[in-house]
Amino acid sequence: MKIKILVLIIFYLIGSLNLSYAANSEKVDQISKNLRCLICQGQSVYDSQSDFALSMKILIQNKIDEGKNNEQIYKFLKRKYGEWIVYDPEINKNTFLLWLLPLILFVFGAILIIRKLSIK
Amino acid sequence: MVKNIKLIAVVSLVIISFFILLKGLNKTNNYSPDLNSSKIDFNFKAKFLYSNEETTLYELINDKDFSIINIWASWCLPCRDEHSFLLNLKSLDKLNIIGINYKDNEINAKKFIKELGNPYSKIVVDPSGVNSIELGAYGVPETLLVHNKTKTILKKYIGPLDDEKLAELKMIIKNEN
Repeated sequence: MKIKILVLIIFYLIGSLNLSYAANSEKVDQISKNLRCLICQGQSVYDSQSDFALSMKILIQNKIDEGKNNEQIYKFLKRKYGEWIVYDPEINKNTFLLWLLPLILFVFGAILIIRKLSIK
Repeated sequence: MVKNIKLIAVVSLVIISFFILLKGLNKTNNYSPDLNSSKIDFNFKAKFLYSNEETTLYELINDKDFSIINIWASWCLPCRDEHSFLLNLKSLDKLNIIGINYKDNEINAKKFIKELGNPYSKIVVDPSGVNSIELGAYGVPETLLVHNKTKTILKKYIGPLDDEKLAELKMIIKNEN
């Protein structure tokens, strides 16, 4: 019984150690969730534990400490790695279809509905 | 008739998507961003591997026409493979090779150099990987060719150097002035 309790306590301690290790500041989490991990595609920087992502989190923390705001950090990273690194694409000639397509579909659907209603 | 049109539409759609996917197979999966600004900041601070002094990359890339910035680590196997190519480049007069030791253990890094030879004129360390991100790097190994006068990146290789890339590097250095 005593051993069981001891084991539980040890597990609990290990668990809490890991938790404190993973704890980043909230702001770093918030920013890194919007960043694509470039060497582990399909994951965000927040999710990844790759070397690249770990360094990126340190860098974001440094930038926050320097007093940079979110916009400035995104802009900095976009300059380094291009548009691809952020999950929120800008409107430009490569992405206009992405942004406009839902709108076009919406209008098209509206026209269909209106036509159906007016026929009745 | 209406049925026929539907059939044709479906079949043509399948054929079109087949060819789109077929074309996609030939594309490389690795995305590398276009360098929208080839100018990079060289003014971050870094420590030398062989001394405790601090320097900036800006100071390091000044003395010759071109610089190669090579990001490496002793734990990185492809770095071992590309090392001979860097040693080969060392013979070029116009070129200055700078090593950035990425997230490495100092003893292992020195052992690596001792074992394989030192192509670098200077080596700085990047224990947290932050400096490499300032350079827009992905990881190890990575090689940048920098024009010293204009401070622009002429060429960037993600991954280890090989015969082809070496020839290309030499061509660029030969042609550009």
